[in-house]
Parts: sequence; structure tokens; C-alpha cells
Amino acid sequence: MTTDTLALVRQQLLAPAGLGEDDLHRALSCLLGHAVDGGDLYFQRRRAESWALEESQVKSASHAIRQGVGARAVSGEKTGFAYSDEIILPALLEAATAARAIACHGGDGRIQVGPITSPARWYEPLDPLETLSAAAKVDLLERVDAEARRQDPRVSQVMVSLAATQDTMLVVGGDGTLAGDVRPLVRLSVTVIVEQNGRREQGSSGGGGRVGYGWFLDGDRALGYAREAVRLALVNLDAIPAPAGMMTVVLGPGWPGILLHEAIGHGLEGDFNRKGTSAFSGRIGERVASPLCTVVDNGTLAHRRGSLNVDDEGTPTQCTTLIERGVLKGYLQDKLNARLMHTVSTGNGRRESYAHLPLPRMTNTYLLPGEHDPAEIIASVERGLYAVNFGGGQVDITSGKFVFSASEAYWIENGRVTRPVKGATLIGNGPDVLTQVSMIGNDLQLDAGVGTCGKEGQSVPVGVGQPTLKIEALTVGGTQA
Amino acid sequence: MPEAVAPTTAPLPARESLETLVIDILAEARAQGASAAEAAVSFSSALSVTVRMGEVETLEHHRQRGLGVTVYFGQRQGSASTADWRSEAIRDTVQSACAIARHTAADPCAGLADSDRLAREIPDLDLYHPWPLTAEEAIEQARECEAAALTLDSRIRNSEGGSVATHTGLMVYGNSHGFCGGYPTTRHSVGCSVIAQDESGMQRNHWHTAARDRNDLEEPIAVGRKAAERALRRLGSRRLGTRQVPVLFAPELARGLIGHGIAAIRGGALYRKASFLLDRLGTPVFPAFVTIRERPHLRKALGSAPFDREGVATTDRDLVSEGVLRGYLLDSYSARRLGMETTGNAGGAHNLIVEPGPLGHAELLRQLDTGLWVTELLGHGVNGVTGDYSRGAAGFWVEKGEIQYPVHEITIAGNLTEMFRGIVAVGNDVDARGGIRCGSLLLERMTVAGE
Repeated sequence: MTTDTLALVRQQLLAPAGLGEDDLHRALSCLLGHAVDGGDLYFQRRRAESWALEESQVKSASHAIRQGVGARAVSGEKTGFAYSDEIILPALLEAATAARAIACHGGDGRIQVGPITSPARWYEPLDPLETLSAAAKVDLLERVDAEARRQDPRVSQVMVSLAATQDTMLVVGGDGTLAGDVRPLVRLSVTVIVEQNGRREQGSSGGGGRVGYGWFLDGDRALGYAREAVRLALVNLDAIPAPAGMMTVVLGPGWPGILLHEAIGHGLEGDFNRKGTSAFSGRIGERVASPLCTVVDNGTLAHRRGSLNVDDEGTPTQCTTLIERGVLKGYLQDKLNARLMHTVSTGNGRRESYAHLPLPRMTNTYLLPGEHDPAEIIASVERGLYAVNFGGGQVDITSGKFVFSASEAYWIENGRVTRPVKGATLIGNGPDVLTQVSMIGNDLQLDAGVGTCGKEGQSVPVGVGQPTLKIEALTVGGTQA
Repeated sequence: MPEAVAPTTAPLPARESLETLVIDILAEARAQGASAAEAAVSFSSALSVTVRMGEVETLEHHRQRGLGVTVYFGQRQGSASTADWRSEAIRDTVQSACAIARHTAADPCAGLADSDRLAREIPDLDLYHPWPLTAEEAIEQARECEAAALTLDSRIRNSEGGSVATHTGLMVYGNSHGFCGGYPTTRHSVGCSVIAQDESGMQRNHWHTAARDRNDLEEPIAVGRKAAERALRRLGSRRLGTRQVPVLFAPELARGLIGHGIAAIRGGALYRKASFLLDRLGTPVFPAFVTIRERPHLRKALGSAPFDREGVATTDRDLVSEGVLRGYLLDSYSARRLGMETTGNAGGAHNLIVEPGPLGHAELLRQLDTGLWVTELLGHGVNGVTGDYSRGAAGFWVEKGEIQYPVHEITIAGNLTEMFRGIVAVGNDVDARGGIRCGSLLLERMTVAGE
């Protein structure tokens, strides 16, 4: 099966340029020939499309193709990098020559010949753009629009977008790596605006994964996003100003797992820890969370947005335990940082495209379920915030301070969920926040498949998840002091 | 040192060759039946280096091409893009755009900009100042910048590096009204990010300088020192109790605050009614002393452009005067949707200048008296539809005009409508590094949430 993918990849990336085994070898020799520790060539072709609906009509759509090859040479902690948007031999050799200029000493430049890795297949190498006809895509968008408008007369605007990419990559490394992957990715997003007595609120929902468009039709999944977006917007019409200050916070399951991504995940990426710039640096084996907490990063979940068969350095993805029963276990590694930290890659070397360098990045990051009924968790709170949906978040990995912003939240009074409150930013300290976790639900959920993570200007698709969880004290940034 | 002298940025292709490509694309679109079309072709080249703890960390050569086309069949449209400039690729790309246009709905507002609004002359705004920088020189400057930070104080213990980057680009836009124009630009930057550490923990901070002309950059040593000073002053940060206080935004954050208002007067947000400034044209949005001008033709400025992304001539105007909102930021499509005229803002605003007030930073701290001076913001907690604002913050607690101690792990919250009305002073300490030039902003009151 896997060799089929590799054959497909070669046919798509190398055959059109007439590039054969010898040419790859020649380019690699050129890249590595001048005493560098290692390096790789990354070939990529990405086809993408997006369709957008507003005012109940699909008025615009676009199609994009990008392809190229990135050449990276590594010597010690130094990296040289160049790329070309033409996959032809002269451009390849030129990029390799420019990239290797970094090296002044290091290894002997010998190219190893390794076995071809046979990773598992967590998604099919399909072309999602071709999984529905253009007319059917337009029809899907129109049905989502109609479903949203049908929900409530207060819906004044509906915007729906449908997007797909097919990303084909091949990586050839001086360490003998030869790996390829075909990565489909689809996404559907709905945003509605509701109006009532001059007040306007917005609600958004959506989902996706490494599947074809047909996934949105299964069980009318896409129509569910429309209903959810309207529900969220209507909830916010009734929301009162959010409280300000430190309080007990109950986070709902699924997307609120962005907490783990910001508070924990980034701080455990290998580059920050190799450089000692993370608030988690040098803390392996220490308790950083309540014993209830086990957090993993798992790139092997079938069809998930954050999953990969192999990472962008050709390493098969895996499930890496970051925190086990409250104790810090491990970091997320790419090849460069793993080598410098005398360990092995965890299959987390990711790059936005051939024009970007690989970095240690998350895949799907989530907290494992506990034993409490979610209702029991809410009932245990005298006064606090119940936050169910979130927008984005951010972290300063050095100080450990992180934020994430609620878009749907309720006030809890005497163990009962009461009125909705306006969205507010929650702020905490990464190495402390999980020590405040006192109850974990048995309702683990992963997000719907819309997450994108940004780091050093590079965006990659990721997933997050968690069960309902109770944090004894967290600062809620509302306006009502 | 690298053994080979790596080239500086790749030379730009001749403008005429990109113009020829644009003309070919438009001809191909016509040949495939489009009633109108527009196309943009771009080339960019960059060299960037990072030096960390005195050693080269990355040396990157960037070179990228782009080609995008939008075709119209009457009022239907489709777009496609590629990085491939070969004629087969152009044919395929136009074909993709045409295939899409067969399935999109006719939109009476769709189409090119009206031909009488297109730029007739393209003024030279002095935006192209290539820096013939070799990799060795770039490394040396980055090293010098970082070293200035590392040696400033023994508490600067770690670094994310000093960096130097130079970027050149050429973009040509054309449409079937007969417009075809383009111009080269450069952008150079030097930055530094370091970590200060003491018994209270680690704090990271950075500084950077950016300009069209390398002679307008701050010296690498000055950048490094500033980064170090900014990290050092954060050591010993404490939390604050929850309270309502006046807040002073540092200039580098003040321009972002103004930016939230600017995003709310963009055509796309307005016609979708997704703006907290809907229907506010001609009404006071700021106090009477606030003036915001758009000056697209400032020589050498980072936000300058002789024409917008539709070829429409850009012009000077006041977006806000005497605190009153005087204009929106519209492209042709959103203007037609709103029954208005384009303002030459396809792609955004071009150099917004918030008129500075009389006071400098120290005087503003005195005017703040007791409250929060915010120097960093975290997260994206801004709701453009309602104006609700809640973001993570760090800065300094100020009493009687004197800085008391650094603070962090707090949020500041309010509503942009009230925050704008509650501006009590604009500083003269303008940050000119971006498309919005603004001094410090002093706000009457916000909610600070902490312990």
C-alpha cells in the first residue's frame, strides 16, 4: 500500500520534470558534498481550491497550484536553506549549492542508504478536489445557507466557505530517508450574523479532516455546522458582560483543548527546550500537572486534520506522551533538535511548505478522559465560569503566560449553568494551570477539524481535544470587576 | 565563516518581462471567452540570517514567483493562481479560472474597477533601495546586533537570536481596461530577541527595525540594546488585583488598537454588517482632538502605493478629523455593494497617520497618574462585530506618574466603541515602523483582571 503512495508521489512530483534516481542522488551529493552533517530535499506540489457563499449565492471561488523544492543543509546547529519554485534539475542544483554554503565543518558528507520506511496509512491518498462536481459543491454551500436561514428569522447574514487541498510531498534525506505522502484536507466553515433590536452578534462553526468532500454529506454533517453557528450567535444575543478576576472555570469538551495546545504543547516543542528558552526547559520528570492529567500528542488518528502518515522529514508519526499522571514525560522533536538533544525524532518535524524550514510542531494534542460525569463537575461549582467554545489563543513560551479566548460561556451559580456571558480572554501560566485541575470528565472529544497553528510565520493544520475539566482558579478577563 | 560567498538576493527580472506576462494572461483570458479579466504577476527574492549565541543558526535564500488571474464572464467570476510562468501553465490557470466562473452566480457588483478611476500616472515613490548584502555581511550584522544585547547585562542569559533580512520584490498588475503597471520595492529589517533571567524567572523580549532603505534602519547595536533593555525591565513581574484603571498603550500597541477601528471600516466588514462601526460615517467615533490621515504617496514609506490592487489611483485624504469618521476603506466591489465609490483601498490602507499630540512618554505617564502602562498584548480577543475587547497583557504599574513595578498574567478588557471615545491623549512618541503611525494612546478606563 505504502509503496503505492510513494509511486504516486514520484509520478506526480518527479516524472513531469524527468527527474530520476540519479538526479536525486546528484542533487543530494551537491547538497551534502561539502562537509555537512545532513540535509534533505523536499519536493512538494499543492493544489487548493476554495468556494465562498454570501447573500445565498456562490459568487467567488479560486483555484491555486504551488509547487517547488526546498534544499536544507545542516551542520551542527547551523542550517542553510534555499528553494526553487521550479522542479527541474538546474534549479535543484542551484538551491542545493546555496543551502550548503552554511557549512564549514562537520560530517564527511556521505549519503547513507536506508530502508524505505513503510508508515501506516491514516488517510487515503485521494484528491479531495475531485470528490464532488463543481455543481455539487455549489449545491452543498446553498443547502448549508438555507439550513442556517431556516433556523431563526433573526439570522441576517450567512457566509459559508468550502475549501480543499491536496498536498503531495516527497523527502529525500542524506540519512537515507526516502518518504512520500499524499495528504488530502477539506474544511467547511459557516459564519452567521444575527440581529435583534439593533444588537448584532456573530457565530461560527465548521469542521473538516483528511477526507473527501463526501464526509460533509454523511449524516448531513455540514447542515449541523449551520445549526451550530446560529445557536452560538443566538446565545450571544442574550449574553451579559463577562466577569473579571480569578475564579473556578469549567471547560467543555473538544475545542477548549486549545488550552493544552497553548499552555502545554508549545512549551514542550524541542527547539525551545534545546535552546533553554521554554518555561518547561529542563523539567522532564517534574510534576507540572495534577495527577489526574495525562496529555498526548498523536499524529496517528485516522482522518484527523492534525494527523500525518509521515512528518515533513519522512519520520512516521506516533503518539507521544507529554504529561503522564501529572509528570512531564517528553518533548516534541524534529530531527535537528532530536540530534542536538541526543534523542530521536517523535515525528513532529513539520513545515508549511517547501519554502519553509521544518520545525517541531504539534499534530493532535489532547488530554485523556477521567472518571467524572460532566454534570457532576458543573454541580460541584458554587460560582464560576463554564466556557464551552473558544476562538484563538497564544502563548509566551518563555514566561509561560498563555491566553485563550472564549466565544461561548455561561455563569455557574450554585452548581447550575445560568445566563450566557460575553466572550472573554482567559489567562494563566502554562506550568501552573494543570496543577489546578481538580476534576476530569469521562467525555473526551476532539475538535471538529478547523484548527490552524502559527509559529515563526508558518501555519500548519492541527487538532486539539479534551474531556470536560474543572480548573480551580484561572483569571477570566471580562469587564465586570 | 561559510566557505562559499553566497550570492545576495537574486536580481529582479525586468519590469517589461512581467508586463508582457500580464498582457499574455489577459490575451489568453480573452481567447478563452472572458468578457473581462485582471491579472497580477509578482517576483520576490530575499536573504535572511539568524545568529544565535554568536553562531549562525539559519541562512535562508528565498525566491518566489506568483501569477494570479480573475476572469469575468459578464457578472460571473472565477480566480486561479500558480507559481509557474510557462505558457502551458498560463493556459491551464486561465482555464481553471474560467471553469470556476461557469459555476459561480452572477453578481451585479462584480467586475473590474471603473476605468476612470485607474491610475493614469504612476508616481515614483522611492520604494526601491536594494541592499547589496552578502551572506557574510548579513551574518556579521546579526552577530553584532545580538552581541550588543548579550553583553549589555549579565542577566541576559539566553537568546533567540539576532536577525537580518533583505527583501526585494516586483509586482505588475493589469486589467482588460488597458491598465498595466508595476513597480519594484525593497524592505529590510534587523531584529533581536533575547531572554533575561534572575531568581524571579525568565522574560523574553525583542525589538526590530524595518525600512525601505537600509540607511533608514536603526543601527544593529541599538536594536540589540533595546531588545535587552526591554527583556530586563520585565524581570520581577508581578500580578495585579482586579480593578478599573486608566491605561496607557505603548506606541507599538497603539497602532494595533487603531487597526481594530480600521478593520471595522473596511468595505467587506461593512456590507456584511460585521462591524461595530456600522453606519457611523459622519458621526464622532473619537474625541475631537483625534485626526487620522491616509497618505499613500509618502516617499520611502512602508505603506506607500501609487495604485491599489485594482489599479485605482490612491489619494490623500482624512479618514477621521475632529474625531468624526469621514470615510471608509473601500474597493470597487464593496463600494458597489454599499452604493458608494471606491476609495482606492483594494488591499487595505496606505500609510495611516494618527496626528501626534503635544505630550511625550514621560508626560503621558504623569497624566496617567495611577494606572497601567501596557507594553505587550497576547491573544486575539477582539470581536469586530460587537467591539468587545479582552486581551492578555503585560506592562508596568504606575503610581503618581512613576513606574512602580512590571506586571504580567493580567487581561485588559473593554469595548472598542467606548475605548475610542475614552482616548484622553495621543502621544508624540510615534512608531513609524508600520502602515499605521501612532504615538502612545492614553485611555480613560479599562477593566484589568488579575489575582
